[in-house]
Amino acid sequence: MSAFRELVRRDLELAWKEGGTIGVALGFYLVVVTLLPLGIGPDLNLLARIAPGVLWVALLLAALLSLGRMFETDLEDGSLEVLATGPLPLAGVAAAKSLAHWLTTGVPLTVLAPLLGLLLNLQPEAYGVLVLSMLAGTPAVSFIGAIGAALTLRARRGGLLLALLMLPLFVPTLIFGIEAVRASALDSDAFLPSFLILCAISLASLVLAPLAAAVALRFQLQ
Amino acid sequence: MKLVADRLACVRGGRTLFAGLSFAVEGGEALLLLGPNGAGKTTLIRMIVGLLRPDEGRIGLDGGDAELSVGEQCHCIGHLNALKPSLTVEENARFWCCYLGGRPERIATALAAFGLAHLRDSPAAYLSAGQKRRLGLARVLVAHRPIWLLDEPAVSLDNTAQDMLTTAVARHAAAGGLVVAATHAPLGFAKSRELHLGSMARPA
Repeated sequence: MSAFRELVRRDLELAWKEGGTIGVALGFYLVVVTLLPLGIGPDLNLLARIAPGVLWVALLLAALLSLGRMFETDLEDGSLEVLATGPLPLAGVAAAKSLAHWLTTGVPLTVLAPLLGLLLNLQPEAYGVLVLSMLAGTPAVSFIGAIGAALTLRARRGGLLLALLMLPLFVPTLIFGIEAVRASALDSDAFLPSFLILCAISLASLVLAPLAAAVALRFQLQ
Repeated sequence: MKLVADRLACVRGGRTLFAGLSFAVEGGEALLLLGPNGAGKTTLIRMIVGLLRPDEGRIGLDGGDAELSVGEQCHCIGHLNALKPSLTVEENARFWCCYLGGRPERIATALAAFGLAHLRDSPAAYLSAGQKRRLGLARVLVAHRPIWLLDEPAVSLDNTAQDMLTTAVARHAAAGGLVVAATHAPLGFAKSRELHLGSMARPA
């Protein structure tokens, strides 16, 4: 367990010191969400209606940017082989790195989302639900994304392949994430079911995705 | 303690690197893997640590910890040093120490043993190739593991550092540890045996 904690701690420290990945994801998120109203014009009602969807889709794309690097640097400098022979099973390594990815990407993006909601005229009562649904949904993005990151580890131009492979797997998270926000904006009872399904997807991916990622990593290390 | 390889075979890319390879290394001994480039030295080391599965045969450790795999009782120093350039020398050593379950008080000793004590607060990015190699090697000292697998450990080391490595290996062997090293340069290990690879490389 201490090995798990150390690995998460080191990844957070590296993300903090190197800084680039968090900044790029946040910048990308900001730019995509800012460009959209310019493209479709200043119709406030329309913007308010599409705001949850735009915020979620842009968040997924921003998270994808840094997903490809999850194992890459460790493979390049030889750390991954040492991590694989440590006291932590490979699934534990994958889980620790996914958790670190969530803390350095999912959480900052979630914090930025309400600010961007202002640009899209998001309904005032939807802000709390937006943050809540993103906090519940983004772990699935990092953990399921780890499978793709492990699969495309040695592929050249793996980033594009990663997007192709992973975006379809994010569809359930996306649908229920958007649905939760939209339902609360309409003041209907549909919030709770969508939110609970979102939590279920994240919890299942927390358990299952590291196992799948470990199989892919084992294969990549041969 | 005894590391035993029994009739190992390895086929890589349709080529048999070795077959029917058996050897045993006892505690306190060093086994030098010799052979030309492409003979399978690195492959054999990756096989011992468990990253590659042997196509035939098995590798076992007699007298080791039965709860752990062979790989978990090995320090494997490959061609890459497993360092993070943005962390300092000490932070790099500290991470591997804590991750591999070593005692933090060993870090200072390990850094001193490879002549890195004065660089402890420098980021690893600013180290020379030889200093990076020393820091990579210092990993074997921060946490105790009975088997050391060293793949070309002396690359880019100067004479002083090679002596430091020889001293560390001699101490490890004296404490009953095993060393398997793939090397071109004679490292001057006191009690060592040689295993020549490459004589049996042929198309499968």
